[in-house]
Amino acid sequence: MRYSVFTLAAQTLKGHRGWKPAWRDASPEPEYDVIIVGGGGHGLATAYYLASQHGLSNIAVLEKGHIGSGNVGRNTTIIRSNYLLPGNTPFYEFSMKLWEGLEQEINYNAMVSQRGVLNLYHSDSQRDAYARRGNAMRLAGADAELLDRDEVRAMLPFLDYDNARFPIQGGLLQRRGGSVRHDAVAWGYARAADRRGVDIVQNCEVTGLTIDADGIHGVETSRGPIKARKVALAVAGSSSRLAAMAGLRLPIESHVLQAFVSEGLKPLLDRVVTFGAGHFYVSQSDKGGLVFGGDIDGYNSYAQRGNLPVIEDVMESGMALWPGLGRVRVLRHWGGVMDMSMDGSPIIDHTPVRGLYLNAGWCYGGFKATPASGWCFAHLIARDHHHPVAAAYRLDRFATGHLIDEKGVGAQPNLH
Amino acid sequence: MRLPCPHCGTRDVQEFTYLGDANVKRPDADEMSEAAMTRCVYERDNPAGRQREYWHHSSGCRAWIVVTRDTRTHRIESAERARPLVED
Repeated sequence: MRYSVFTLAAQTLKGHRGWKPAWRDASPEPEYDVIIVGGGGHGLATAYYLASQHGLSNIAVLEKGHIGSGNVGRNTTIIRSNYLLPGNTPFYEFSMKLWEGLEQEINYNAMVSQRGVLNLYHSDSQRDAYARRGNAMRLAGADAELLDRDEVRAMLPFLDYDNARFPIQGGLLQRRGGSVRHDAVAWGYARAADRRGVDIVQNCEVTGLTIDADGIHGVETSRGPIKARKVALAVAGSSSRLAAMAGLRLPIESHVLQAFVSEGLKPLLDRVVTFGAGHFYVSQSDKGGLVFGGDIDGYNSYAQRGNLPVIEDVMESGMALWPGLGRVRVLRHWGGVMDMSMDGSPIIDHTPVRGLYLNAGWCYGGFKATPASGWCFAHLIARDHHHPVAAAYRLDRFATGHLIDEKGVGAQPNLH
Repeated sequence: MRLPCPHCGTRDVQEFTYLGDANVKRPDADEMSEAAMTRCVYERDNPAGRQREYWHHSSGCRAWIVVTRDTRTHRIESAERARPLVED
């Protein structure tokens, strides 16, 4: 069923009793051309683009729980392409362009809202660094505007401009950045992939990989063995565990990242705002809650919950930026497990095992990358060579020294 | 989370700084190669479960300790002084 104003009107007259499930709850077949492990945003997008761009349809997406139960439903829903380094900027800008056409492409309302992302600066040197970043973005075809203090104040009068330690001097604004309803991204890609014949198999945990000297031949799962010539891992958070089944050690540590949402408020904040003197960012959801987050907890963790020190740190940063937040009550908070790579950038590449492909290491930034990650991973799987905008995301860059160290902190996953 | 420092007793995790996997060993000079250094600097087991890891009691006694912790539950199995382990 194609969604449109006419199907909505027809269903309204019928009392909404005719809606069909948006995707089949498929049972696994004995064999597929491509198996994608991980039914999150990246895995589902990969399946969709394999079907729509490369004409494959004998594809399965295997998900341990239910689709969208991992990080695609745990992030803070922000999209942006404000990257500095040549390996990153074209990729994230490509992703932004895909976001701009996504809802028409997959016929699903993902509530893509280009409300603007504003990164605040608090010192002269930070302004210079942001000017450089903005110039790099514009050279790569993204949009960026450097705002001074008065321009920011006109936009957001309630921030603490005269903070004794971190006075706001201005900001770098990307107007095309914004937010997207994250669950709808998983559901929309799932429905679009399903319509092209992809089997989405839920409650199917991969327990082993069938590998011999020729390469990979399939997977062992909690619902029996499944054969495939190509197996693609899109399981950020658990990449090391899956790669270990193939005897690989990855340049990745798993860390927990927390996020928070406040009680619902009337419309107050019409942008995504980041604090430049600590790690804190905030936006307001369409339901009215302020959605905010900060740093990872800083030690290896597979627990989808965090500890109190980081919560305190996030709240302190928030108060330094926006003292009015002190009156707002936090409604709930949660954690997601991130693949923190050694240089803070992702991996979309072959592995040493023939037929086994890896999409991993998304650190803080996996959600905004979802469409481009799926597009480029599908390209790699179907054609066996890298998509030009993702060519830098190689697994061997750590050995060859071609790191993409956006933050310049070296091989310290907990600092990226 | 609280960590049992062998010198100071059980202290809040905020007093400590994390370094990571304590099983990583820098290759000896006679085994030094690019591949061995890449494994040492970049590649990690990243286990879901029991992990031995370095913590620095940076706001306390300033000793390095090796904590054995479950990364799924944060249950602490043991904490030892790092120096005797490193000198082995």
